[in-house]
Amino acid sequence: MKQFLTRNPGTQIIDSLRKDNDKGRPWTLMEKIFLGLNPQQYLSQAMSNPLNWIFAAILLVGVPFIIARFIFGLSWAVGDPYDNAWGLFLGFGLFGMVPLSSSGFQLGSAVEVFGRHDFEPIERLGILNGILGYFFAVIFLMCDLGQPWRLIYPMFVSWGPEAVLFLVAWHVATYLSVQAAETSTAFFEWMGWPAGKTFVKKMALGLAVSGIILSTLHQGALGALSTYAPGKIHPLWYSSSFQWLYFFVSSLPGGLCMVIVVSTIAVKTMGWRCDGTFKNSLSKLQIALAKGASMGLVTYLVIRLIGVAHDNKWAYLGTGWGAWWMFEIGFGVILSLLLLTAGIRNNSVTLVRMGAWTTIIGVVLNRLNVYMFTFNWQKGHVHIPPFREIMIAVTVYTIYIITYRAILYRWPILFKWKTRYSEYAVLEPTPVAIAEAEAAGSK
Amino acid sequence: MIERRDFLKGCLACGVTAATVSVASGKAMAAGSFEGYPDAMGVLVDLTRCVGCRSCEVACNNEQKLPEPDEAFDDMSVFKDKRRTTEKAYTVVNKYQVATEETLFRKIQCNHCTEPACLSSCFVNAYTKTKEGAVIYDASVCVGCRNCMIACPFNIPAYSYSSPINPLVKKCIFCYDTRVKDGKPPACVEICPQQVMTFGRRADLIKLGHDRIQANPAKYVDKLYGEKAVGGTSWMYLSSVDFDKVGMDGHIQNEPIISNVKDFLGFVPMVLTIWPALFTGVHLLATRNKGGHHDHEEGDHQ
Repeated sequence: MKQFLTRNPGTQIIDSLRKDNDKGRPWTLMEKIFLGLNPQQYLSQAMSNPLNWIFAAILLVGVPFIIARFIFGLSWAVGDPYDNAWGLFLGFGLFGMVPLSSSGFQLGSAVEVFGRHDFEPIERLGILNGILGYFFAVIFLMCDLGQPWRLIYPMFVSWGPEAVLFLVAWHVATYLSVQAAETSTAFFEWMGWPAGKTFVKKMALGLAVSGIILSTLHQGALGALSTYAPGKIHPLWYSSSFQWLYFFVSSLPGGLCMVIVVSTIAVKTMGWRCDGTFKNSLSKLQIALAKGASMGLVTYLVIRLIGVAHDNKWAYLGTGWGAWWMFEIGFGVILSLLLLTAGIRNNSVTLVRMGAWTTIIGVVLNRLNVYMFTFNWQKGHVHIPPFREIMIAVTVYTIYIITYRAILYRWPILFKWKTRYSEYAVLEPTPVAIAEAEAAGSK
Repeated sequence: MIERRDFLKGCLACGVTAATVSVASGKAMAAGSFEGYPDAMGVLVDLTRCVGCRSCEVACNNEQKLPEPDEAFDDMSVFKDKRRTTEKAYTVVNKYQVATEETLFRKIQCNHCTEPACLSSCFVNAYTKTKEGAVIYDASVCVGCRNCMIACPFNIPAYSYSSPINPLVKKCIFCYDTRVKDGKPPACVEICPQQVMTFGRRADLIKLGHDRIQANPAKYVDKLYGEKAVGGTSWMYLSSVDFDKVGMDGHIQNEPIISNVKDFLGFVPMVLTIWPALFTGVHLLATRNKGGHHDHEEGDHQ
């Protein structure tokens, strides 16, 4: 798209309901979907982007893999992991993606609850990042469940309310609807349904506060799930008192840093889609987000250390697992902290962006360590998922990136939807219509 | 006025959420120290008596109508490896070289915990601890999340991963439907030629176990495995060597697994009740001098 626009500088990018020329005619839905191009132009710009060819290659191999997993059963994809029942689909897809999606509730509450309206240019990106992460975590879950068509059973068929997973299921379901409502404002603008937007806007505070509650609990619950397996997870990654805090606290910098990373990718690869406000405020906002993230990270570091001290687990640091633990903490937390704080101090957005990358890698590595790598550490072997499982995970993640990009291209996330001629076409005629009416009247 | 209405809406939204989810914590908190059903049955396993004939594996296979095993039941080469329960075998016998000249055999199956981790981790309540002591499984509600396999401290539940349409958890159910419900001993106990296993009321078996240790203190280590482990199990073991040497976790916690999760579950109602008021309050404080939270509307209708 970037190249297409350099070659065709006259193209009008859709950022409002009506075209600039052509008497202010409203864009049709097809035009909005094809970004205002005709299908041939759209296809040619898509094919000129090498990334799309990589995506196509992944999907060509991966989609048949996903279909085969459902036709031939789970064992076709993941083998028979009796001891390590949770592999990459949950270890990465659910436990890794959910903390990186905590941005929705954080930016939602910064703006709506704490009144920090300076975060507004990036609020919608934070919320979109939230809902997409959760949505695809559920897709990963569907790939992993033995009988995904029974996913609604904990809601409607049989309750197991004493289980942590019951809380997770309810919270993720409720929170998905909360985030869907929050994201819908952008969708309503794009579709031209102002009434829907007005309705949702009235609930903004309630939605933001529900977001805080649900997120505190289910981010923590994802950690509490591992307290069912005290002897199986390596002691350095396990603490019955602090496990939910580890997961909740690390999700905060995880989500904020994900927004830093995504907004950086967006401004570099789809600058045409970002409006001036977004571009101009981005460095300032990223540094502001980094401040939040570094506070979260330092808290997380202290809790992790207290966790080791609380159960007096220092001796484990001398073992091989101890070295791996120190790498996780050293790279994911301490290095991230240094980069972020140096970036904040020197006003260097480059350092902040590097720190954001190491933070999200550190958070995902932590989840993989808890649920995959150190799981059953006493058995002396590390569970490495088979190729098909990895391929399916890569494919689902690719679909996630494609969906993410498709929405950023279209909905007013990175730019403000312009209401030049008003959305209320019936109540307020367009300037062209007014001119025509005046001309008719003067005759 | 608008602020006040939004405030009330906020409270309402949060209240509904709270009401929905506060059910979650109630039951778990009630599970304080469940001592077990008074007439729960159990099995006492004396490892010193087992000769590794694998007839219990055969009996289980027949009783539960399991598929043909990969290796025949009279094939003793299986003892090369340490096996675990699978979707095709609810019980397996392993061989342990406990000293240069001495080997012990140990039968593995579900231990039927008094407060089972599988049960407390299941979000659709597929597991039931019956008053007879069996931990049974309702296949019709199982979603296949496999949290029970993560939670089980003995790594017992297996899963029929290979079934595309109806994969299920596969584990020993103490022959509940066919035998224990009617007071009969499970198939493996009945067939054993060495009387390795004794079926009876759990309370009586605890006494029997300690009596055997006392009668022959040189033969047994002074521990009845399962009397206290993870809140007590229906199947209990006597051994002549440390339990760690026969593949059992001798340092397993005495508290039931659910007690590890209570720290978090206890925190849930607090968040649900305090957070709504706290954060709506913070909102009112934070936005007091900024004219409420509706000023972002300005940008939209320029």
